[in-house]
Amino acid sequence: MLELKKLTKTYKTGDQALKEIDLQVPKGQVLALIGPSGAGKSTLIRCINRLVEPTTGSALLDGVDLAKLGSSALRKARREMGMIFQEYALVERLTVMENVLSGRLGYVGFWRSFLRRYPQSDVDEAFRLLDRVGLLHMADKRADELSGGQRQRVGICRALIQNPKLLLVDEPTASLDPKTSRQIMRLITELCRERDLAAIINIHDVALAQMFVPRVVGLRLGEIVFDGPPNGLTSEMLTEIYGEEDWEATIEAIDEDDDDSVEAAE
Amino acid sequence: MSQMQLEDKLGMAWRKPPFVKSPALRWALTAGFIAYMIAAFATIEVNWGRVYEGLDRGWAFVLAFTSPDFVSRASDIWEGLVESIVMTVAASVVGILISIPIGLGAARNIAPLPVYLVCRAIVAISRALQEIIVAILLVAIFGFGPLAGFLTLSFATIGFLSKLLAEDIEAMDKVQAEAIKASGARWTQWINYGIQPQVMPRLVGLSMYRIDINFRESAILGLVGAGGIGATLNTAFDRYEYDTAAAILLLIIGIVMALEYLSGIIRAKVQ
Repeated sequence: MLELKKLTKTYKTGDQALKEIDLQVPKGQVLALIGPSGAGKSTLIRCINRLVEPTTGSALLDGVDLAKLGSSALRKARREMGMIFQEYALVERLTVMENVLSGRLGYVGFWRSFLRRYPQSDVDEAFRLLDRVGLLHMADKRADELSGGQRQRVGICRALIQNPKLLLVDEPTASLDPKTSRQIMRLITELCRERDLAAIINIHDVALAQMFVPRVVGLRLGEIVFDGPPNGLTSEMLTEIYGEEDWEATIEAIDEDDDDSVEAAE
Repeated sequence: MSQMQLEDKLGMAWRKPPFVKSPALRWALTAGFIAYMIAAFATIEVNWGRVYEGLDRGWAFVLAFTSPDFVSRASDIWEGLVESIVMTVAASVVGILISIPIGLGAARNIAPLPVYLVCRAIVAISRALQEIIVAILLVAIFGFGPLAGFLTLSFATIGFLSKLLAEDIEAMDKVQAEAIKASGARWTQWINYGIQPQVMPRLVGLSMYRIDINFRESAILGLVGAGGIGATLNTAFDRYEYDTAAAILLLIIGIVMALEYLSGIIRAKVQ
């Protein structure tokens, strides 16, 4: 469904953030993108919805080359790709409901959005999503009144109300505590399963990635150095991706986590 | 470069590195500044005899505040005041409405370069020309009266508000706006959802502040013939009617303080 072909990004400074990335993501597959800071994870997903312009190469979403779209076609294509951000990126001074409904901006006209008169179907869907993530009672609170975990749930609702084919998730748990991190990862993967959504999840917590996703892609200095199931991430492989370090603790932690992740209910 | 050794550092006093690295330059700058200050003060000429004479007149002016005369020129004061308020409100509304698009255009992070340069040029021109100079020019064109004052204040508001609004937009949180863009919003929706909520409190606060500046300026502009309470004040001074002048000044101070209080309340509400 999503196919990246020789996707390259060279910044003006001459730094090559992505080097001819080839990657295919089939429909409904959730994929974790791991790698050290500066490996190009964030650049990669931003090149897909063109918050960052790729230098060369193509990104095909259902056969449409996103890299070549004009501004109006790009807006339409962005509706198909929901994005979830590291620091939630909610508009702090808007209400939870306005934040969720802003995911429909690509579908409604300016005056409707300006007057906050969304179609009833959008409003119903927003309430349904908020109920699904357990925040229905917060609908009219301002986004900055929420806790980190709650904000990220609103961020998830905003991405899903777009009715996307693909979720681009940039470090969803980087500013959350370990328990909330797991809940958020579980929520994202569950929702992807429910809706048969593909997702690319940037994540630096290797153990967390291994716990929740069937496929892991390792990025180092803009190149894919690993692509396989989570249990393929051996100590040698992690050294290859991140550099020399004692990885035994990380790998052991995963085995234990598998047991108590069942208990850590939402 | 040699490796820094811990032993060399232990027992050594530590000071914050000075702003100007070279000691010679640092001392030269300090000495130059002091010499300039001494020279500058030496050139101020004070005619103490004249000051002594003036003290009486000053004192009469201060005394007038104890018995301000609101009554004998009441209709002139009232007319001037209404004219000033109308001028202030009209100029503020027009100025703010024009400032918003120019402010958007003058923010480098959202405007394309040509638009940015044009808007920055407008801001620069508006800020370079002092109100009084603009007022003198406009009085020459449009004649005496509040129209010239209204245009002057509108023009000054644009430079002030656009610049500060643009700076606030440039300092906004980029990811909030990015998230709105990622949803496929069009440009107008992006501004409305991603940027407006972030800058609104500051825009309201600055607008209130500008209204209060405009009112004070309207009192000054009367001195060059641009209408308003300033014209009444000027007349009172010309006639040595210090008690009437005092009444006018008290009214101006009262209104400015009321505006200040009001803007405090409004700013707290929109935070």
